[in-house]
Amino acid sequence: MLNLELKKRANDIRKGIIEGTHSAKAGHPGGSLSAADVFAFLYFEELHVDSAKPDWEDRDRFVLSKGHTAPGLYAALAHKGFFPVEDLKTLRKLGSYLQGHPDLHIPGVDMASGSLGQGISAAAGMALGAKMKQKDYRVYTLLGDGEIEEGQVWEAAMFAGFRKLDNLCVIVDNNNLQIDGPIDQVCSPYPIDKKFEAFNFHVINADAHDFDSLRAAFAEARATKGMPTCIVIKSIKGKGVSYMENNADWHGKAPNDAEYEIAMADLDKIEKELAEEANK
Amino acid sequence: MAEQTVKKIATREGYGEALRELGAEYPQLVVLDADLAASTKTAVFGKAYPDRHIDCGIAEANMMGVAAGLSLSGMIPFVSSFAMFAAGRAFEQVRNSIGYPHLNVKIGATHAGVTVGEDGASHQCNEDIALMRTIPGMVVMCPSDYVEAKAAVRAAIEHDGPVYIRFGRAAVSVINDHPSYHFEIGKGTIVRPGADVTIVATGICVDSAMGAAKLLEADGIQAEVVNICTIKPLDEQLIVESARKTGKVVTVEEHSVIGGLGSAVCDCLCANLPTPVKKLGMQDVFGTSGPATELVHKYGLDAEGVYKSVKEFL
Repeated sequence: MLNLELKKRANDIRKGIIEGTHSAKAGHPGGSLSAADVFAFLYFEELHVDSAKPDWEDRDRFVLSKGHTAPGLYAALAHKGFFPVEDLKTLRKLGSYLQGHPDLHIPGVDMASGSLGQGISAAAGMALGAKMKQKDYRVYTLLGDGEIEEGQVWEAAMFAGFRKLDNLCVIVDNNNLQIDGPIDQVCSPYPIDKKFEAFNFHVINADAHDFDSLRAAFAEARATKGMPTCIVIKSIKGKGVSYMENNADWHGKAPNDAEYEIAMADLDKIEKELAEEANK
Repeated sequence: MAEQTVKKIATREGYGEALRELGAEYPQLVVLDADLAASTKTAVFGKAYPDRHIDCGIAEANMMGVAAGLSLSGMIPFVSSFAMFAAGRAFEQVRNSIGYPHLNVKIGATHAGVTVGEDGASHQCNEDIALMRTIPGMVVMCPSDYVEAKAAVRAAIEHDGPVYIRFGRAAVSVINDHPSYHFEIGKGTIVRPGADVTIVATGICVDSAMGAAKLLEADGIQAEVVNICTIKPLDEQLIVESARKTGKVVTVEEHSVIGGLGSAVCDCLCANLPTPVKKLGMQDVFGTSGPATELVHKYGLDAEGVYKSVKEFL
């Protein structure tokens, strides 16, 4: 897909994140926005998935290990056609299938997640399962940079590296912020790349908001044999919404009505710029 | 039958043997262990099916998630470790990665209860039944002998959904080796009929309950012994019927009296037929090092201990 088209998709996803969290009066916009471009890249270019057949046996799998950024995943799934976009406004509401964190009943969701550190293990299990069943689908999982403070992440990394799960692609969203502040001031997991290298991963550093960078990274991951890949994507928390960018306060807080208007104006402006770029 | 002729074998041996047998029937069966394959007996399966035996190393949290992922790939994973680590250390992984998505993962936890013996309190898990019962949709079983252990493993693989099965380290009497033996998840059995008191037991304590019933008989007391292998879902009908007949219930388990079989029986009777209940088990204490048989005696869970407690209760 053209980068311009991917940028539009990412902006749609960002709007979905704001719509969902504003409507829910809860949720996690910051980390959803930092991952919006990678959600767009995964669902509109990288993953072999079919919204008409969510349970297709040979589909690529995606596990959102940083499950609190469900608003971003849900927006991507909705725009991909797994369920209606207007349902995003039911996020977190009583009776809605769009649970606060990913749930297996949601079309397109491959694993329940949200308790940090657990998704990567399930993804490793899926990758091993593909090998055991001689299937050639790939498994992707997205982790937060704060999430990798969880010990289970390194149990899973040891397992995946040792088992040479080259059908597994771990993505770390390195926006440098967790709830209590910058990750290097809370309990630093840096250097992230060298840690995964030490666990026998092929490691690629990429720009989370540059589709050429993401495209090259995922192509390199697919071409890597004999070891799993970890792509560390350097990102901006809250990316796209002026007042949320690089602000840990927006980790788990929803915009109120006034903030919603500002956020949507920011995203409308980007949409307009993209339309102008398309007309050039 | 003379006491010395009763065959004794650990329930974990039945687990390993059942896995090996099922390996031939179920090509999707995969067994995971965390560096304890010789002890949990999954090595028996591993020897027959090395490609389907995954040693995850000493990393139980990850192992539970890997099992979840394998299940989502169409495999049927049996995950093994000691009960302390399977149900204790990895509780939240079992809850969130297996229980909440209701995945078809089976957990075979060995070395449960004080009969772990010499390793002491750090390894004697008396809390696993309580922990696993609280997870919605989780089937919880605790077989009484080798025969029942094998039957429970087969029933688990035939059941679609998460199952926790508790096995012991120590050799225990084989009590179900007869042609009429039939196993069904959720069904208890009256292993000895009686009218004066009901003794509801699970796991290795069924043998103790049978022994106690013999001692009580000498005193003219007819105890009805109920074997509850499936603690969840509980055979409420059987327990209520027996309680209605005898009017007094004693529960026996190699587990804390908080949250285990005794609590499950009390929950059932409170709601259906309020009946006096005495709960035998670990009385809110940690275990200690020692030989299994001496520990079972110390905590009053052998035939003599159960006999004494029943006499006091009546």
